[in-house]
Amino acid sequence: MSADGGGDVLLRADHVKKYFPIRKGIVLQHEVAKVHAVDDVSIEVRAGETLGLVGESGCGKSTLGRCIIRLHDLSSGSVFFDGRDISRLSRRALRPLRRQMQMVFQDPYASLNPRKRVGTIIADPLRIHHQGDRGQVKKRVQELLELVGLSPEHLNRYPHEFSGGQRQRIGVARALALHPRLIIADEPVSALDVSIRAQVINLFDDLQEELSLTYIFIAHDLGVVRHVSDRIAVMYLGKIVEISPAEELYQRPIHPYTEALLSAVPIPDPDLSARREHIVLEGDVPSPIVPPSGCRFHPRCRYATEICALQEPPLVAHGADGHLAACHHPLNVGGAAAASAPEAAPESGGAGGVSSGQVTGRPGSGS
Amino acid sequence: MTGTPLLEVRNLKVSFRTEDGTVRAVGGVSFTLSEGETLGIVGESGSGKSVTMMSVMRLIIDHNARFEGEVLYKGRDLMTLGQDQMRKVRGSEIAMIFQDPMTSLNPVYRVGWQISEQIRAHEQISKRAAHARAVELLGAVGIPHPRERVDDYPHQFSGGMRQRVMIAMALSCSPDLLIADEPTTALDVTIQAQILNLIKKLKDDFGSAVVLITHDMGVVADIADRVAVMYAGRVIEQGSKHDVFYDPQHPYTWGLLGSIARLDRPRPKRLTAIKGMPPSLISLPGGCSFGPRCPHRWERCAELPELIDKVGGGHLDACHLAPEQKRDRRERAIHPELSEERA
Repeated sequence: MSADGGGDVLLRADHVKKYFPIRKGIVLQHEVAKVHAVDDVSIEVRAGETLGLVGESGCGKSTLGRCIIRLHDLSSGSVFFDGRDISRLSRRALRPLRRQMQMVFQDPYASLNPRKRVGTIIADPLRIHHQGDRGQVKKRVQELLELVGLSPEHLNRYPHEFSGGQRQRIGVARALALHPRLIIADEPVSALDVSIRAQVINLFDDLQEELSLTYIFIAHDLGVVRHVSDRIAVMYLGKIVEISPAEELYQRPIHPYTEALLSAVPIPDPDLSARREHIVLEGDVPSPIVPPSGCRFHPRCRYATEICALQEPPLVAHGADGHLAACHHPLNVGGAAAASAPEAAPESGGAGGVSSGQVTGRPGSGS
Repeated sequence: MTGTPLLEVRNLKVSFRTEDGTVRAVGGVSFTLSEGETLGIVGESGSGKSVTMMSVMRLIIDHNARFEGEVLYKGRDLMTLGQDQMRKVRGSEIAMIFQDPMTSLNPVYRVGWQISEQIRAHEQISKRAAHARAVELLGAVGIPHPRERVDDYPHQFSGGMRQRVMIAMALSCSPDLLIADEPTTALDVTIQAQILNLIKKLKDDFGSAVVLITHDMGVVADIADRVAVMYAGRVIEQGSKHDVFYDPQHPYTWGLLGSIARLDRPRPKRLTAIKGMPPSLISLPGGCSFGPRCPHRWERCAELPELIDKVGGGHLDACHLAPEQKRDRRERAIHPELSEERA
């Protein structure tokens, strides 16, 4: 994983909004309300980096991913890919660009056509975009299968003959068929078992290095996101509440929602788990149809004051390294914390600002 | 936590006849559970963890299923009970909550009705009194405005709230044993934290023993007293939470611990993945089922290892390696970041 991701901006989303209308009536349909799925989000993704998008279900992370790749039309705002505004392009004009951005979906059982052979599934994008004759297509398919760690002989099999992890590899091979520059992976490992998950994450790592890909990695598992990402954006109810270099986010969360999210992740270490502070958020995520006034997190926030209900906090920089947060009462800011570089203390526990002190579970001998 | 065990499972075997052959879903599982204790059963899909507990509840009703072994609940063998007697045990003595709160509630009945139905099935009590108990229970599991919410339908609740309703229902007859099958897998992390806290609190209030089935080592570390790790239908390691997390003996447990992207450790360059896939339960490999995926395989692994106590203190494992041989190998498996430093 490239550490700095200091390439040119490959993708820029500018004040992207996506509202889904709720209609009533059978003959005369009229709009009664809107779901504010993505509400004024701006992000930049640099070439070669991995941007992680995290948040709970319904926070709009998948919708944002789909807006970026134009699987949804935007309600307003624009998306620039390689400097070009693609948010208003027609389907036809979009087609050559689609080659450069591909998607890997969450459910490897639903995203592969069960009636097609694996070879056909992977070859489809090549055929649709007229890439080479039959011989070349077949050769490329075999190449791709090998690239994702499957045997080239597998091309005549059907999806049901594969396990979840292998299917996800097929989904990745299909996404890579057209030599894309940007891959949007929407929860690519959450349907997989733990031991298989690590294999697929390592595959994403290797492919990025080999093919210099740019990833937008959407997931709800904060451990996975930390592992793959260079930068991470945390979303809540359609808004980005914090965006930061990956390690920095775990060492020094600024937004109370990020802090709570980190502390809620169960840690496979009994002593540390008993010792650390668990911040348990009250209640559920509010409805995105009528989002709360002011800061959308204020009804569940333990630091909330009057201003939080009245005024929406802007996403502003805290520190010089591109760490932005939208909060009236930012945590972990000010002198000492801001000055210490995240690299200075890699051993301290990253979870919710609780330091573990020791790497636990290591028996006395052997190291 | 002494005395006669609340639940004792002895060499439970469950197999299903299918067109492709016999699926040996559970291949000889034994464990005991004391009163008030929490046992975490960890494993991946297909490891037999759910089938084991479903069999304990006698919820698998299938002509093609074959059961062997004993399930002693307070000394009584549940496997020999008739369905009528079993129905009295379920709900009032042993209750179960499931992974998916969306499908385990009936969408066409109000939640209050569903809770009082269960109470009235086990106790002679008026409708009005059962309804009042339902309100009380909803309050106890932290549903705001229980008096109004009791008349709502399941679709009017969020996922986390539905799981609370399920828990209220499970607790309605104060069971001595609560079986929770992946109770938080379908929920978001913040809601998961709420539900785990609730289970912990209720366990203390009601004094129930809990069997928690999960694939998440983090959840187990949080809530369990003892842990059993399952692989391919067998328990491969079992012991106190401390033993299993700080002195794990089986290479599969190491693999599970090493393959998680953990927040409490420095980020390793690569995760240590376990090679390959779990075996098919129709044609299990001879010998140790983990053998084909195990990097520490040697000649003895061709024979099936027994689940025995080699390190002492009731810490069982099914691996042919001697504890001394394991130390260094384990280090590298569980701490990928350490082996990178060395390299």
